[in-house]
Amino acid sequence: MDKFTKASIFNSLLRYAPILLLFISVLNEFDFNYLELKYFSFNFPFILIFYWSLKQSEALGYGLVFIAGLFNDVVTGFPIGVSSFAYLLICVFSAYLKNITLRPSIVKDWIFFAVTILVVNSLMYSILVLFFSLHLDYNDLLVNLLFTFFLYFIFANIFEIYKKLVFGSSNV
Amino acid sequence: MEASRDDFIIAIRSAFLKKGNQQRFSLGVLIFFSLLFLVLGKINFAPIDFLKISIREIVYRSSFIVSVPENYIKKTYQTINNHFTFYKDYNQVKSEIEKIKSKNTADNFLIEENKRLKKIIGDYLVEKEEVVAKVIIDKNSPFLRSIIINKGSKNNIKLGMAVLDRNYLVGKVVEVNYLTSRILLLSDLNSKIPVSIEPGGYQSILSGTGKDNGTIQYLKENYPVEDGSIIYTSGSGGIFKAGMPIGKIEISKTNKEMNVNFFSDFSQLRFLKIISFKKEAK
Repeated sequence: MDKFTKASIFNSLLRYAPILLLFISVLNEFDFNYLELKYFSFNFPFILIFYWSLKQSEALGYGLVFIAGLFNDVVTGFPIGVSSFAYLLICVFSAYLKNITLRPSIVKDWIFFAVTILVVNSLMYSILVLFFSLHLDYNDLLVNLLFTFFLYFIFANIFEIYKKLVFGSSNV
Repeated sequence: MEASRDDFIIAIRSAFLKKGNQQRFSLGVLIFFSLLFLVLGKINFAPIDFLKISIREIVYRSSFIVSVPENYIKKTYQTINNHFTFYKDYNQVKSEIEKIKSKNTADNFLIEENKRLKKIIGDYLVEKEEVVAKVIIDKNSPFLRSIIINKGSKNNIKLGMAVLDRNYLVGKVVEVNYLTSRILLLSDLNSKIPVSIEPGGYQSILSGTGKDNGTIQYLKENYPVEDGSIIYTSGSGGIFKAGMPIGKIEISKTNKEMNVNFFSDFSQLRFLKIISFKKEAK
């Protein structure tokens, strides 16, 4: 019985790992900035939210994604609500892709991800610049977009292996 | 044609409104809430401010705990780097100390004379309050350069107070919570500080670049500013005391832009002095 309980707790932890990872990443904002690589930054929560809401939406509750966005705004100092808006828009895009996809492939997802982050970042930074008068460095933004796009492919493959191990190979 | 348009609308509607398994809210509702938060935050609606402060108190503390493993890796990486440059740094520091020792005696006389003259014209400010705080979050976001300290309104921290690393100005307080505060660093794109360039005493504005340095704005080209000139706070606008050292000018060879290399390394901030000033009572 004891053994069974321990195993089920461990299983639950594995199933909730994507949302836990999302909260850790927004609180910790891990982006390897301490390496002081001049042209390197990426948005890990974008990759994580897009992949998991596309492939296993049960692993990420939309309410929790909304709260993670609020936390991210507080950590980065952005106006409250802007990251939640961006994260939820990513969920909308992935839900749309899920609805229209008949034969899924990682390359198609990857291209759609590029469109998604372009639209979402444009909207997010338009809000910040037009309504909150924040100054932004557009070179940094472009670098961030490019690395987020390129790293999606790597992370998607890692998540795919994890998904097969923990959730099985069902779904889209 | 008509059918494909209908499919698109159905897919979009489904994406916004359909709740997945184990989902309590639809995306449309949550997007509406996030936009509502943005609008109410923009007009400074009181309950939203209260919500912000509550989330900040929770998030800053949790973020500090969650960042422990990453900070450990970061520290180890920096320690290794320091070991590699140890001998070179030692020789440099040794020669600098010799120079400073000889300069110090002459400077003391000038400092006393300056104090006396400033008192005569009623421009001598003394520290009113000084609080030492620890940096709990120093995430270098590519978009915002700010840090969080472990002192807030409970410790008499107020908006606009100057933040010093040793004697060097590094930023100002832009957000005060009960137990924590946010410091906007001078390197942030949104930071603008009135400064004085010495020698010459030219008045200008130091603006952040979003990188590790700053830049001098609104200074006419015909002022003969030299490479290596020192930047101090000018005291204009009454925000900060005049004469707090900030950094050194480096004139770009390509576009003649005046970049400022800060004296303090913003990625190494651990303990900071938060101070406010007042005029000395006669």
